[in-house]
Amino acid sequence: MVSPNSPETPGGAAAAPRATRPIKDVVIRLAGNSQDGIQAVGGFLARLAGRSEQDVMTYMTIPSTISGGPSIFQVRMGTGDILSAGDRADMLVAFYQHSYDAHIGSLRPGGVLLYDSDHVKPAEGDHRFTAVACPITTGTVEAVGGTAKDKGKNIFVLGLIARIFDLDVEKLSALIKERFGGKHEDVVRNALLAFDAGYAWPQNNLRDLFYRFEAIEEAVARTGHPQITLDGNSAVAYGLIAAGVRHGAGYPITPWSSIMEILRSELPKYGGIFVQCEDEIASISTALGFSYTGGVAITGSAGPGLSLKMEALSWATMAEMPLIVVNVQRGGPSTGMPTNVEQSDLMQAIWGSHGDTPRVVLAPKNVEDCFYITMEAVRIAKEYSTPVIILTDQALSSRIEAFDEPDLAKIMVDPKVDRSERPADFKPYPLDRLTQHAPAGTKMASGRYPTVTGLEHDEHGHPTGSPKLHQQMNAKRREKIKALAATLPAPELSGDSAGEVLLVTWGSNWGPAREALARVRAAGVKAGHMHLRHVHPLPNGLEQTFSRYHKIVVAELNDEGVYGFGQFTTMLRARYAMPNIVSVCKTDGLTFKVSEIVAGISRHVESTELEATLGVARQSALAQR
Amino acid sequence: MSSAVVTPPQPGQPLTKKALVADHPTWCPGCGDFAVLASFYRVLEKLQYPHEKIVTFAGIGCSSRFPYFVNTHGGHFIHGRALPFAAGISLGNDDLHVFVFGGDGDGFSIGGNHLTHTARKNIRITYVIMDNSVYGLTKKQTSPTSPVGFKSKTDPTGAVDQPINPMRTLLNSGATFVARSHATQVNHMTDMMLRAARHDGFSVVEILSECVEFFEGAFDAANPRKGGNWVVIEEKKNDGSPEDAKRHDVTDEVAAFKLASLAWPGAFGVFYENKSRKTKNALEADLITRARERTKGASDLAVLQATFAKLR
Repeated sequence: MVSPNSPETPGGAAAAPRATRPIKDVVIRLAGNSQDGIQAVGGFLARLAGRSEQDVMTYMTIPSTISGGPSIFQVRMGTGDILSAGDRADMLVAFYQHSYDAHIGSLRPGGVLLYDSDHVKPAEGDHRFTAVACPITTGTVEAVGGTAKDKGKNIFVLGLIARIFDLDVEKLSALIKERFGGKHEDVVRNALLAFDAGYAWPQNNLRDLFYRFEAIEEAVARTGHPQITLDGNSAVAYGLIAAGVRHGAGYPITPWSSIMEILRSELPKYGGIFVQCEDEIASISTALGFSYTGGVAITGSAGPGLSLKMEALSWATMAEMPLIVVNVQRGGPSTGMPTNVEQSDLMQAIWGSHGDTPRVVLAPKNVEDCFYITMEAVRIAKEYSTPVIILTDQALSSRIEAFDEPDLAKIMVDPKVDRSERPADFKPYPLDRLTQHAPAGTKMASGRYPTVTGLEHDEHGHPTGSPKLHQQMNAKRREKIKALAATLPAPELSGDSAGEVLLVTWGSNWGPAREALARVRAAGVKAGHMHLRHVHPLPNGLEQTFSRYHKIVVAELNDEGVYGFGQFTTMLRARYAMPNIVSVCKTDGLTFKVSEIVAGISRHVESTELEATLGVARQSALAQR
Repeated sequence: MSSAVVTPPQPGQPLTKKALVADHPTWCPGCGDFAVLASFYRVLEKLQYPHEKIVTFAGIGCSSRFPYFVNTHGGHFIHGRALPFAAGISLGNDDLHVFVFGGDGDGFSIGGNHLTHTARKNIRITYVIMDNSVYGLTKKQTSPTSPVGFKSKTDPTGAVDQPINPMRTLLNSGATFVARSHATQVNHMTDMMLRAARHDGFSVVEILSECVEFFEGAFDAANPRKGGNWVVIEEKKNDGSPEDAKRHDVTDEVAAFKLASLAWPGAFGVFYENKSRKTKNALEADLITRARERTKGASDLAVLQATFAKLR
């Protein structure tokens, strides 16, 4: 038996050389039950890719049931830029019959079906795939022995994959030891035994089906930085810490909870406090109380919780109190599809609540951006003394990606609160400049202490019923958001700078849209892609860009609505009054496949030709009048 | 008024009412809240906290206008949510002395859940509930403490729902200082607020404060000048005297419940005081100390760098 972990037979050196096929990237879908630890295998692969300077992106679904139930983890790893988790899998690992039944459709023709022959009977006569029958369960039981039963199947599969794709065994073993290091030594030993057994199996049972990633050296040269591998929620949490946020409050709700879990255990190391509150309203209220003492505090939730926070959010706008609200979007309305992705909270983030409440709403494009956009959000909240909403989503929250480790020494923000005495002419709500509150605890040279308030107020924070002041203060709150808009950089624009179609996306659709653009252009269509991270306020000057394309196609994960347009599309149409802004929408609870965006664009590109005909018809109608 | 510059007390000079008054109260003439405000100035004069360390906060209601009338750091939040906001202030800066003012609607109706949880967490806040047993700002609707039979605009034939018993509610929530007073008893009210402020934990004083406009005479039963019966709780002195056995032990929760269950208008004074339970402020500080022992006091940058190194 070949054991990569045993010193007698190091690496695959004892094995006879096999023909390996070079590949650029691979999509592996693991399908089993949530208690099988397939998330752990996905995590190992993602982290390994990160440590090998390979690009990686994962995608996972977790059942919303309490324990157990079908679960998948899809990992795409390779040497180029990986932008999406992949439309169809190159390899499907099926643990059970139900896994096979549910996911065989996601395997591309010609792909590899690797199934546990102890549990799965594939359809007879299906020659679309290369089927590999492996006794995963008995193989694991034999390798580990004792009472562990089939626990460790996931690690056996990791061994299989490691051999087939020629992954770095040393690094994987190190990862296994790190992961199980805190537990009993038997656990580490059993894991390594299962890994070795899985690793050995292809050697004796597969004739070919061996692959190797090409040009890894090039990828190393590309960065030169160590990479870190984490999910979007962790990236938000650490982004908050790096930005100097030391206080927050929240209430558990999927898929936001892991952010509050991380902050609850991490913030004390930084002298901070995260409070688990009795409800969503108490959470935002407590966070605002924290901000009132001088820092920028954080609260967060998913859609239903954001709705509950609305009244207090409007107070934050009125009282001009800085605050970060992270909203991890999921399928709605109501409890909806709590473990699925959707982008249907845009309207409530921008417009939700009573009164005129100009807000700042940012949306990260990938896991790395979850970190950086959070830091930007905190800067904006502080500088403009305003609440800022970060709209992330379920897919980003649990997806694992590798990216260059941020240079913390350069970017980390000092959370120091300025409690120096405020001069005699201090006003909490000056009409001629941005509000910067004097935190509670600050001495006032005037002897007059400021009031923060949700009533309309004068410059000193005293209540007023003056119609003139209400208009002036509304204008002040609006103009500061416009001032922010003027500072925003032009959004990322790729592909053709003019042409048939401009694909517009926001949030986590960035990756699949980039791939879709490449396909559309390869098909001969002149097309560009604009991605917006600042969804409100919008950066200035977009209309000039829009005017260079025939069709503006906005791809978003929400319903087309009563009027036929998605939420962001509706806002862009209202903002720019351009009838050629159209939507590609869907609400199946999953991220966009590249092919879905391409199909959506092709529908509208066809109508571009129609548009020319209609244009002629319209001109003749005008002439008759 | 609003733009007037107040002379700040010079270093070493006491903080007086002169420096503490702000806008002139907007309450109706004869409102019980005026007396509460006057008592609060006296409380602050006695406490002599540094001026900048005092915070006065409120939710929504007649009584919640309070912070505009006191010249301290403070603010006016949304209906029923002043307590969780104050929790953020208290935990965000432990040096501050946080006072929350509100009414019975704010505290027992829309904010009832927050009252329970702020109490059980024992967050260092002093909460003064000015209970008038009616919604005054919205002009006479039934409140959670309106007695059965009270005729209001929402109960024109008389209220039918059982009212909240504030003392029992507070005791049950786990508040560590629970007291009750009456706006016509200025010295008693001042004493209760002073003791509440000095309590290390979540302290609550319910003050019966008459709304002369919409519920006149609501608390006459406890006002001797209106023929009522003013019953003050006699606290145990532990002097070994025979009469001491009959006095109330403020650390006895069961005895407090019995006192809270007396027939209307009940007794006034300190019902319960628990000095042994740790505040959330202290418990969170302990968590920080322990976490920093583990990181050996490393800088914020070093801690986050170490975390990222593990994510490689």
